[in-house]
Amino acid sequence: MARAGRQQTEELTPRSARAEVTREVAQGYAGERGPLLEILHAVQAEHGYLADEDVSEIADVLNLSVAEVHGTVSFYHDFRRRPAPDHQVQICRAEACQSVGAAALFDAAQDHFAHREDVEVREVFCFGNCALGPSASIDGRLRARVTIDDIAAAESGWSR
Amino acid sequence: MTTVWVPQDSSARAVGADEVAAVLATVDGVTVRRNGTRGMLWREPLVEVETDRGRVGYAGVTAEAVPSLLEAGLLVGSEHESCIGVVDEDPWLTAQDRVSLARIGLAEPTDLSAYEAQGGWAGLRRALELDPADVVEEVVASGLRGRGGAGFPTGVKWRTVLQAEAEQKFVACNLDEGDSGTFADRILAEADPFTLVEGMTIAAVTVGATEGYIYCRSEYPDAVARLRDAIAVAAEHGYLGDDVAGSGRSFRLQVRVGAGAYICGEETSMLESLEGRRGEVRAKPPIPALRGLWDSPTVVNNLLSFAAIPMILADGGEAYAARGVGRSRGTQIFQLAGNIARGGVYEAPLGVSLRELVEDVGGGTRSGRPVRAVQVGGPLGAYLPADRLDVPMGYEELAEAGGMLGHGGLVVFDDTVDMARMARFAMEFCAVESCGKCTPCRIGSTRGVETIDRITSTPAGTEGREQLFVLLEDLCATMTTGSLCAMGGLTPVPVRSALTHFPEDFGGSPR
Repeated sequence: MARAGRQQTEELTPRSARAEVTREVAQGYAGERGPLLEILHAVQAEHGYLADEDVSEIADVLNLSVAEVHGTVSFYHDFRRRPAPDHQVQICRAEACQSVGAAALFDAAQDHFAHREDVEVREVFCFGNCALGPSASIDGRLRARVTIDDIAAAESGWSR
Repeated sequence: MTTVWVPQDSSARAVGADEVAAVLATVDGVTVRRNGTRGMLWREPLVEVETDRGRVGYAGVTAEAVPSLLEAGLLVGSEHESCIGVVDEDPWLTAQDRVSLARIGLAEPTDLSAYEAQGGWAGLRRALELDPADVVEEVVASGLRGRGGAGFPTGVKWRTVLQAEAEQKFVACNLDEGDSGTFADRILAEADPFTLVEGMTIAAVTVGATEGYIYCRSEYPDAVARLRDAIAVAAEHGYLGDDVAGSGRSFRLQVRVGAGAYICGEETSMLESLEGRRGEVRAKPPIPALRGLWDSPTVVNNLLSFAAIPMILADGGEAYAARGVGRSRGTQIFQLAGNIARGGVYEAPLGVSLRELVEDVGGGTRSGRPVRAVQVGGPLGAYLPADRLDVPMGYEELAEAGGMLGHGGLVVFDDTVDMARMARFAMEFCAVESCGKCTPCRIGSTRGVETIDRITSTPAGTEGREQLFVLLEDLCATMTTGSLCAMGGLTPVPVRSALTHFPEDFGGSPR
């Protein structure tokens, strides 16, 4: 009954362009076993984040409840429900990087970017670069033996 | 033309290997080729020049230094302060017993003809000639135990899956290498992905699985890309697909990418994640060998376990079992990490002492200060003090010393480390990464952070301070015995080892 109701609603309200894209991406994986994570990655790569309408659309394609999809999205650190800021600085805070000063680096980076809303400083646990720490990823690029000066130098290369 | 090799490993790229390769590519008469790392990460970017003597290495090369190196005779392998001589003769490499790492850094990672020339697929060919039960017995005879850390005999696991009757079986590789201080999976996946493909294919054709998944963490984008390339190349040449190496057997393999959850390195949580759900731990039994992916019998092994298989089949289980100590047979890829002078991957027979690895191989701390503690086996492993490093690296031997081998990672700390802070971090990490399914882990970890904070902010001699230590020990006991999986169950290990060996960092005596 619930599904019949949903189908009626769908006929009354046409999908947004975004939802159409999401649907198409999701359907591309629908033949695979257990495709939800693949789809979430692909949709996030497409739109930058997962909006409510993406979650509903994916649920519909996979014949899952919205709650099930939301539950999966919210479990994983990688998935975003809001647009990402312009710049992302991820600093490893795991043990190997801590042994060479990651805790101080993380604090320094947070202070350094405290005034910039377009920069997200996030802790992560391990890039697998544990022999050359502290490790950080700046806009997706992994760097080794990172100092706060390296981070500031990277920032100076950004167009504001 | 002179061939110059510049690694494309992600650690090498993190210290500028791409920039070095780009500069060298503009030089007349130079062909730049991109190999995997040799595993001597402290020397990255390690540039190798092909000469009559062999491949001569230059360590720590920067893009800016290339012109002066060229002037000094880089292309003919001339002496220079950064020159380490012929790489294959380097003592750090020749002292190792490289079985699984035998091929890393020698060629382009997805160069199939190089893989074949270096002995690739010999294990698969032999496995296809043998009866599946005999392949299993070969793996049992090797004594190989789960290199992800649990140490369960791999052959016994395979036998269970082989004997299970089911229409569909699976093979799954755990490449969710989230433990800090471990990176052997990443290096092998990036430098020699065919070894993993071959190991998994042997498992599949042995137990009768037709589909396989590699679950790789999202923090390893280079490994994901390399593995996908390798799978495509292997399929193109008939090593994967409907007719594996002409055997008539079918095996399809694909890479699935995690999404930033440490707990998905736990095998049942990984299976949930592969099925597209929240990575919450499953209660065992049923064991994954009988009811794993989509309720079907599934071989779940760590990448390093699969990577030992091709050699075990090619040379026989006995050859592998001839190495090692006690019930820990074969080799382990030790990962030297943290505050260490010579960090990298070092493959040696199990039984080598921790002190030898830290001091002789690793050269002590990078900071030059005294070693104070070494965490062995990842974030759930014990902190061992500098006077207890003589323990042999084996499953039982480390357990006796209060530690665990885990995935073979060693994280070295110098004398500036605050061990109360590290104990607090163990609890904090567990609180952040707990899947939340069981109470001891979900709540115990948060209470652990709070209790350690109260201990470190309550001066010695204060009334009631002693009770805080009792409370912390109670929490540890509850987590150890009451958690569903190793995350909650082992988080007390680093905490208790810090309390036992470094009480002074917690403000001294409980009273």
